[in-house]
Amino acid sequence: MSFEDQGLSFIVKNIACVLAVPVTIFGLYIILHGHLTPGGGFPGGAVMATVAALFAVAFGKGIFGRAMRRDFLLMLESIGLGAFALLAFLGLGSTFFRNWLLGTGLFFGNAVPFGANPGFLGTAGVIPLMNIAVGLEVFAALSMVVVLIFSSEAKK
Amino acid sequence: MISSVFIAVACLIGLGFCALVFKRNLIKIAMAIVVMGSAANLFLVSLGYRENAIAPIFTSAPELWMVLPTPQSLTLTSIVISLAVSALMLSFAIIIYRQYGSLDSGKRRLSE
Amino acid sequence: MRGKFAAEAGEKVAVEGNERNGRLARVAVLASFCAFILLAMISVHEAGYPDAAQMDDYFIENGQVETGSNNIVAAVTFDYRGFDTLGEASVLFAAATGVFIAMGGLKK
Repeated sequence: MSFEDQGLSFIVKNIACVLAVPVTIFGLYIILHGHLTPGGGFPGGAVMATVAALFAVAFGKGIFGRAMRRDFLLMLESIGLGAFALLAFLGLGSTFFRNWLLGTGLFFGNAVPFGANPGFLGTAGVIPLMNIAVGLEVFAALSMVVVLIFSSEAKK
Repeated sequence: MISSVFIAVACLIGLGFCALVFKRNLIKIAMAIVVMGSAANLFLVSLGYRENAIAPIFTSAPELWMVLPTPQSLTLTSIVISLAVSALMLSFAIIIYRQYGSLDSGKRRLSE
Repeated sequence: MRGKFAAEAGEKVAVEGNERNGRLARVAVLASFCAFILLAMISVHEAGYPDAAQMDDYFIENGQVETGSNNIVAAVTFDYRGFDTLGEASVLFAAATGVFIAMGGLKK
């Protein structure tokens, strides 16, 4: 009946489930606006990983070890790093890591006038896509570290 | 005279080094390494500061006199790496505790 | 299977942390390290007036036109110095894999 097996009380479990939604949306906001406001992939992924720590404290060791599956988080982390390397290789026509979406008219391809301006979301080429890939990888890696250290069993 | 930020960096590095040399508990040693890493990050950010300048972001910027952006980019990398290294060190401390029953680094151990 | 401590096997226990035997050497190391750090802090440039800022002035002037982003720090991280970010993502992946192996991995 310890804290590790049962978690905290019923109120804490409900409020943790309710609070997980605004925290995830705030982390996604920081990741997606990485080319307009301070932040980007790395702090946004760290903010999204605090949801894992919140669930670990509220739900205890038993359910938490089964709910957030480690193979799913490992797959997300590999997809994030693979997408980042793929975006770097796609500009290999002229240079490695070239911003190949900048001049074209696709979604992220408009140009930005010089000087202070209110930010436009559809600019900056391949940088928002790299932010999303790195944010996914950091979220998966930090959540996996929290899950592994919290719910690991000693070998008998 | 030396700026107050550099004095704070020197104090943090000195405190981390004191704990690294004089303490025997493995978790205290790992935390001392983390403190020294944070002091290095603070030093790296404070090297690029310009007097009365704003952050290097053009969205609704009130003026165009900005601090240097390169040390901030390197510090972002360094924070994530020190976090990963601290996670690895603490998981090794967990394994040592489970194998030998103690976190004391002064006792010598025989392998069985 | 737990290992045995050297004290239980009958040998002499190693030196304690604050006893007299190794303490003078540790204090000497600490004093030399503090002297080195103070010397380094004196010889750094005055805070607020960096003297080698030509590369960063180029980034601030031309970063918005060349990369198209308002955030110059993100432009430096992902466009001008993208190779460092690739190395850092790999280090994070390797550390997470290390914790994965050390803590048992995919066992039920």
